[in-house]
Amino acid sequence: MSSHELMFYIFSGMILVFSVLTVTSQRILRAAFYLLVVLISTAGIYFMLNYQFLAAVQLTLYAGGIVVLIIFSILLTSHISQKFEPIGFKKWFFSAIAVAAGAILTILTVIKYGFNETVTSAQNPDMQVIGRSLLGYNKNGYALPFEVISVLLLAAMFASIVIAKKEKSE
Amino acid sequence: MLSTIPLSYFLVVSTLMFFIGIYGFLTRKNLITILMSVELILNSVNINFVAFNRYLFPKELQGHFFSLFIIAVAAAEAAVAISIIISVYRKYSNIDVERVDTMKY
Repeated sequence: MSSHELMFYIFSGMILVFSVLTVTSQRILRAAFYLLVVLISTAGIYFMLNYQFLAAVQLTLYAGGIVVLIIFSILLTSHISQKFEPIGFKKWFFSAIAVAAGAILTILTVIKYGFNETVTSAQNPDMQVIGRSLLGYNKNGYALPFEVISVLLLAAMFASIVIAKKEKSE
Repeated sequence: MLSTIPLSYFLVVSTLMFFIGIYGFLTRKNLITILMSVELILNSVNINFVAFNRYLFPKELQGHFFSLFIIAVAAAEAAVAISIIISVYRKYSNIDVERVDTMKY
């Protein structure tokens, strides 16, 4: 077994174990930390596939930004030591059946489908190429989605300020 | 090297992660934990895009950029969702989805 395979198994094992813990943990702050571990292992998979820029974005934006936001809102809205009451048997049982059926169906389809894989030398796209295509408007340019995302982020910022603002007491 | 790991391994991992996220989405009652399940789902889709990009079209960068845009959309979605959660908490002083049902009937 090469070191590459070993890394893949470690990362995917961590992803699966900690995502199960994220959705089943009874304490909400622990669930947030498990989510952080899942996101960091995903960044590890991106590093393994040799997309360094994407992995860095994942680490800063997801693991650095979103998880901190979630932890802040947890601390604002609930007690740290509070535990959820366990879910009813009927609810988790039928959810588990539906989810297992979907997962098995999808995995069987994925395994049966013959992808024609062409792994040449797995090279890292350098920053220059990424920057040029993000702002290019030629065949391989992504200027339009880039601008749409910018407007969306601006709108989301305004919306969150307006929604979370304190209403005037009358 | 990478060629010893087939593409379907990545797809299986991301499928399992996706359905674990759906399980959390169905069973959780707290709004913040539902948001965390949605983040899991978005993340698994990102793994799919990146693996397809690396294995099937290594010369192009479409999957790479789509993952970037999905991460940006997820950030915007998390910001708006958390402001809504804080606003709901201010009004009802709890964020259980089963107790916040004023607009239901």
